[in-house]
Amino acid sequence: MIRINSNITFRMTGFRKLLMLFSGIFFVLVLYRFAVGLSITNLSDAWPWGLWTVIDVKLGIALAAGGFTTAGIYYILGIKKIESVVKPALLTAWLGYCMVALGLLVDLGRWYGFWHPIVSWGHHSVMFELYMCVLLYTVVLTAEFAPIFFDGIGFKRTAKFFVGLTGFLVIAGIVLSTMHQSSLGSMYVLMAGRLDQLWWTMALPILYFSSAVAVGPAVVTCESALSGKTYKHEWDNEAMPFLAKWSGYVLSFYFVVRIIDLIVRGQLGRLFTTFDAQTFMCLLELVIGSVLPLFFFWSYNLSGKFMDKKMTVRNAIFIILGVVLNRTNVVITGMWKSAGTGYFPSTQEILITIGLTSFGILVYLFIAENFGVFTPHGAEDEDSSVRSGVGASRVPSA
Amino acid sequence: MSKAVLVDVTKCYGCGACTVACKLWNGKKYDDAKKPTVGEKAQLTDINWTVVSKHQVPDASGKTVWRFAKKQCLHCEEPACASSCLVGALRKTEEGPVVYYPDLCVGCRYCMIACPFGIPKYEWDKSFPEVSKCQMCSSRLAKNEVPACVSVCPNGVMKFGDSDQILKDARATIASDKRYIKHIYGEKEAGGTAWMYISDQPFEKLAFKTAVKNQSLPEYTWKIINKIPAALVVWGGILTGVYMITNRRNAVKSSKNNENKGGKS
Repeated sequence: MIRINSNITFRMTGFRKLLMLFSGIFFVLVLYRFAVGLSITNLSDAWPWGLWTVIDVKLGIALAAGGFTTAGIYYILGIKKIESVVKPALLTAWLGYCMVALGLLVDLGRWYGFWHPIVSWGHHSVMFELYMCVLLYTVVLTAEFAPIFFDGIGFKRTAKFFVGLTGFLVIAGIVLSTMHQSSLGSMYVLMAGRLDQLWWTMALPILYFSSAVAVGPAVVTCESALSGKTYKHEWDNEAMPFLAKWSGYVLSFYFVVRIIDLIVRGQLGRLFTTFDAQTFMCLLELVIGSVLPLFFFWSYNLSGKFMDKKMTVRNAIFIILGVVLNRTNVVITGMWKSAGTGYFPSTQEILITIGLTSFGILVYLFIAENFGVFTPHGAEDEDSSVRSGVGASRVPSA
Repeated sequence: MSKAVLVDVTKCYGCGACTVACKLWNGKKYDDAKKPTVGEKAQLTDINWTVVSKHQVPDASGKTVWRFAKKQCLHCEEPACASSCLVGALRKTEEGPVVYYPDLCVGCRYCMIACPFGIPKYEWDKSFPEVSKCQMCSSRLAKNEVPACVSVCPNGVMKFGDSDQILKDARATIASDKRYIKHIYGEKEAGGTAWMYISDQPFEKLAFKTAVKNQSLPEYTWKIINKIPAALVVWGGILTGVYMITNRRNAVKSSKNNENKGGKS
């Protein structure tokens, strides 16, 4: 146990020590990489983007989609039963974006110029839109998370001020997220003729956005199952089935668009007539990420059965794996043929990615344990109107 | 007026003078062991802005012959690299060259992925690497001089001039001589490029990228980006509307609750 003062503590376990070790390696490697450049990676002229782009950027942003989706469901649609997940989801999203920013900085060849896009606008570039949205959304998330932070350190009035901004912040957050989640897909529209036809389509922005909206709640579900074990809070039997349904319907939409798109562009047949790395990976992505979770979802939904915890978590894991496969396929598998050579990340690349993730988990645990992120659901506490700022049951009216 | 260069592959005999002129003018190092500029292993790299690649191909009578292809950035009319750059570090100039401004570059390498010809290379071994590619000697063009490589070619392989005239010449040449295949590489590729090629051999045999689309690539993304402002307003409006309805409903509900409570007490 590390004790900073009477309120702020950090429990030590073997797993956490391991995470600390990886985080330590991460910071040493990052300093080294900043000094010597990208020669520690296996990136090359044929593979300018690799592991870092897939995991630290593309997946990081997609999996942090739980923030804006749950905030939207709770505040905009007014679905109060998911209250218990809003705060943890915001914490994950905020941390996720901070990690993405850090990961991106490590990936930039001339990292000290990270602020250039703010003054020199490449307004024709999808990357510019992505940069601006991620930057602004990180600010928005910080402001959304501020009540929890300021409340935790005892600044009640500051916390209240940020609670007053909730409506504006949530709407801005959704709009910004819509733009940059879809931009991650639009980015690969430019690779017409290079990206494999199984993935290249003008519908990429729609597919990326809808899969993010489906995977966000799935991540929140898994997170809740994991944190429930650690922090001994109960499985929320109201919120979780709702999120599972939400993901199920959105994923159905995604899958229909994906299949229609493959049919229209004459690519569906190829999946079953040719066998190579591309078709195999595409089938794997479709089966694990869409067919299986949708089969379970609809068979339960149509027969009116109640999705229990095991079922819900399993489906969420399928959806997450599907998005992991999809993003990997776009960045790596789909570009394999046009690159001409192969790519496998170097040890340093892998260690930096593991270290960044470990560091993120550590910060998550620290904040979750010290800033009252998990308020027990169902228990209405009259005194906690500020404390539950972001998860406030009463939406502050202007 | 936009300038262009026509490369006649049939005239090149692979001396490599152009690659030397390029290195001298642009101050790029030599590394003949690992990064040769002429021959079968010649590849564009961070220090090789132009190379002459050697290919063994069958000629009209079926005999194996050599062909040499001078490669460099094609300087697209609508460059995907420039459209992809988030800071505008790559720009198409009026004279034709696509020029790189390293001071703006942040090193995201999107241009390298975006280029359909795989032209931009990276200084992977440097601490603060730059993207590296042919600039079509833009500083020479500004002084009404031809690019360094064009100026030294002993066999007149490359013809430099106004792009309209160059295209006319190319069409006339392939029409007048039946040895040429009826394709001007660069006329339509990626929406047209400032460097064009004519050849008596199919271009894929000379390791040109032939899967490149004939449309301008930035047009694809522009179709999406130009819808963003409208989408922003509409989407923001819808969300605000729904939010206000939800708020109103909550307010009504809570006032009813209060009334009920008030009645009871």
